[in-house]
Amino acid sequence: MAKHETPLLDELEKGPWPSFVTDLKQQAETKPECWDILGQLELSYVDRITHWKHGGIVGVFGYGGGIVGRYSDVPDKFPGVEHFHTVRIAQPSGLYYSTENLRALMDLWEKYGSGVTNMHGSTGDMIFLGTRTENLEPLFWDLTHDLNQDLGGSGSNLRTPACCLGESRCEWACYDAQEICNALTQHYQDEIHRPAFPYKFKFKFSACPNDCVAAIARSDFAVIGTWKDDIRIDQAAVKQYMAGAEGYPANGGSHKGGNWGAFDIQKEVVDLCPTNCMWMEGDELKIDNSECTRCMHCINVMPRALRPGVEKGASICIGAKAPILDGAQFATLVIPFIEVSAEDEFGEVIDVIEKVWDWWMEVGKNRERVGETMQRIGLPTFLSVMEVEPIPQHVKEPRSNPYVFWKEEEVPGGWERDVVEFRKKHAA
Amino acid sequence: MASIEHKGKSYEVDEDGFLLKGAEEWDDNWVDYVKNVEGIAEITDEHQKVIDALQEYYKKNGIAPMVRILSKTTGFPLKRIYELFPSGPGKGACKMAGLPKPTGCV
Repeated sequence: MAKHETPLLDELEKGPWPSFVTDLKQQAETKPECWDILGQLELSYVDRITHWKHGGIVGVFGYGGGIVGRYSDVPDKFPGVEHFHTVRIAQPSGLYYSTENLRALMDLWEKYGSGVTNMHGSTGDMIFLGTRTENLEPLFWDLTHDLNQDLGGSGSNLRTPACCLGESRCEWACYDAQEICNALTQHYQDEIHRPAFPYKFKFKFSACPNDCVAAIARSDFAVIGTWKDDIRIDQAAVKQYMAGAEGYPANGGSHKGGNWGAFDIQKEVVDLCPTNCMWMEGDELKIDNSECTRCMHCINVMPRALRPGVEKGASICIGAKAPILDGAQFATLVIPFIEVSAEDEFGEVIDVIEKVWDWWMEVGKNRERVGETMQRIGLPTFLSVMEVEPIPQHVKEPRSNPYVFWKEEEVPGGWERDVVEFRKKHAA
Repeated sequence: MASIEHKGKSYEVDEDGFLLKGAEEWDDNWVDYVKNVEGIAEITDEHQKVIDALQEYYKKNGIAPMVRILSKTTGFPLKRIYELFPSGPGKGACKMAGLPKPTGCV
């Protein structure tokens, strides 16, 4: 395939950040179709419009998703991207790899595709960028038979779940995010591969409220770790922080590039606590844990002195989505605390998931995210189908309008009234 | 646009092999063609039931039914639909029934 002139893209080889243009040119030395990727992209830079056709429906037998079909609208100019399908590959939870596995995957992709990837798609999948329809089944065969790996999800189904790296290397993890992410991915293979929902549905698992996988913003079903008992304080370590001792920089040294002065526990921790539930007694740090909302700030600032409690679990928040159709939403708190335990194979979390699905699959409209169904039908109804008692924690503030619905059985006398009876006491 | 020849008849299709003119060109010969490309050995009454349900719903509503509705009207659980149509209700059954290509974030 011919090399193309790419003056605009060439500009993007300048500067310190790793250049995707340089990488593509390097890849084009062994995979000439990459010249056509660059060529079509250059054309888009000139024309200021995409040159991919609308949509594309391709796949492998047995699955209803996993591959995103794409065709060039200028295939005569750029035959290398006439077909340019994207294959989503299920990733390991936490994205830990061996070079052996990555080499095997890349050998496969060099054989059947462009060799260009996205590590990783924002939902989490490893993404193989660009292949032809006739390569899909052979690629899938080798992927499953030789590498023992599977496709990710696409379409109106359960998308590929993702998690933070959890207990693997974080001292704040309140549950094993990788374990549940993997277990539920296995448990719900059917729901991932064969679209059966009104619309897409995503799981994300963050092991603490820092939410490193952004579950509260990017998943319909967010499991976010927390604890029920007291923050564990090591007063000796607190003193080390206050003394500015070697090895005890605030925030693990995150701000060492700036000149922020000596660590001031009053200013940087106590006064910034959102509930004001911390104070110093002499040189001892005190926390009124009953007033703590577990925002993580004090723990983030003094990781060697403060730790989450020992009674750990998670909160479940439901309904986050991007703006389309009726506005962006973060997830809403539904279950304040739940045990997340591999011992019962995450049965408690699975119970919650199935209640959401049973309801949403029945009442959800075509292409309506669960967050929109909750908005349309209302949080009270949603909580009742979830079999959750409404509690103050379910709202940030009570409603300010008085348009309150009552159930007929809650009102003495019900709704059946006779105007003649009314007129006996109130003349017209 | 590409066209496909099957047993002496030609059909206008898009890159993914969906009928561009839908019901206008759809016939049993088309079903026979799609059978071969969608991994189906024999068209059974069950296949026909799914095709009929899709066409009827599309004629009435102008869109393809949601998966749940297809399962309800045919009585086939999703698992059975995949046994009948290995590519699934969208790529397999809708293509065979001559419905437009599914769109959106697929």
